[in-house]
Amino acid sequence: MRPYLAIFRRDLRFAVRHGADTAVVLAFFVVTVVLFPLGIGPAAGTLAVIAPGVVWVAALLATLLSLDRLFAADFEDGTIDLFLTGKSSLLPIVLAKCAAHWLTTGLPLIILSPVLAAMLHLPAAGYLMLALGLLFGTPVLTLIGAVGAALVLGARRGGVLIAILVLPLYIPVLIFGVLSVDAVVHAADPWPHILLLVAALLAGLAIAPPAVTLALRSAAE
Amino acid sequence: MSNPDRYPAFSLSVEGLACIRGGRAVFGGLSFAGAGGDAIELRGPNGAGKSSLLRLLAGLLHPAAGAVVWGGGDGVSRPALTYCGHRDPVKAWLTVREQLAWWRDLEGGGVVEEAGEAMGIGPLLEVAGGLLSAGQRRRLALARLALADAPVWLLDEPTVSLDEDGSALLKAMIGRHRARGGLAIAATHRPLGLPDARTVTLPVDAPEAPDGP
Repeated sequence: MRPYLAIFRRDLRFAVRHGADTAVVLAFFVVTVVLFPLGIGPAAGTLAVIAPGVVWVAALLATLLSLDRLFAADFEDGTIDLFLTGKSSLLPIVLAKCAAHWLTTGLPLIILSPVLAAMLHLPAAGYLMLALGLLFGTPVLTLIGAVGAALVLGARRGGVLIAILVLPLYIPVLIFGVLSVDAVVHAADPWPHILLLVAALLAGLAIAPPAVTLALRSAAE
Repeated sequence: MSNPDRYPAFSLSVEGLACIRGGRAVFGGLSFAGAGGDAIELRGPNGAGKSSLLRLLAGLLHPAAGAVVWGGGDGVSRPALTYCGHRDPVKAWLTVREQLAWWRDLEGGGVVEEAGEAMGIGPLLEVAGGLLSAGQRRRLALARLALADAPVWLLDEPTVSLDEDGSALLKAMIGRHRARGGLAIAATHRPLGLPDARTVTLPVDAPEAPDGP
């Protein structure tokens, strides 16, 4: 357990010492959401309808923005080679790095989301469901993003490539996340959508880490 | 060293190894052997495949032909190894002490202060990695060897940017490693001057090498 806790703590320490990196992602999230009332107009009825979708899309894009710091620095300075040749197993290393990434990206997005939802006049009934959907959805964004981040290591213009790779895979999470909030607002049953997000999270936990290890090995070749 | 116990005996046998990088044959038909307690210096001009050979031995690359066979130990898996590439995996935002403690947690054992002393960076423990000179960064990267608890060391140009003192400290570390029954394989331009070191010269049998000797 010790090596994996060490990696987890080191990545958290990076987020604390380079607080600006985390802050930029959150600021991007807030600014993107704020643009919509400015572009569409302040009519509460219109904003309330688009609020869940706007917050979710902004969360996808903010996560995307944070993915390059997941493996790129460790790849550049040879730390990934240490992971690949050392005694510790690669799979829990990947999980530890994803956990640290989610804690420093996904969790702050969830905490901010009710504030932004209120700004967009989302009915109060939807706040909790929005946060709950993000709670299960943002780890999936991290896991899928980790596969993309590992695949583009060593590629030129990796930042653009990663968006093209990852965003299409984010679509199911976006759809179920938005549907769950819409269901609550319209007094329908949100739980099927939440359960589908949970299913996506379980599938992501099973599929993404092995895919990341394969991508890291091929990047080291 | 704080840990006097020896590594279990093991052997390395490289048999007809060939390496192809980017469609170009780097070397082929390379064979040599080694065992715990040995030092092997890989020599050869730039582009001869010294780094590729180290990455093959580390399992980061796959051979185009031939095999790397590790014997002894449990006879199945390769012994634990540690690979020091030409890049220093030193983080600018960690202090030397934090960096060493992280490697200790990642790779096994040892004492951070002793590892620092082994490469003469004891006085720098509280300095951030970003403030180190190139030579100091290299010393820090090599101090990791004292924490790795791995019988096989793969070193890619370990003395680059080291001063005389640093090279001597590295030599002493390799000496203690061999005394414990460890194997050190170093790619190098300048002879390291290790006692009884074997030399493997590259390139071997590389038909398409443009200007081999």
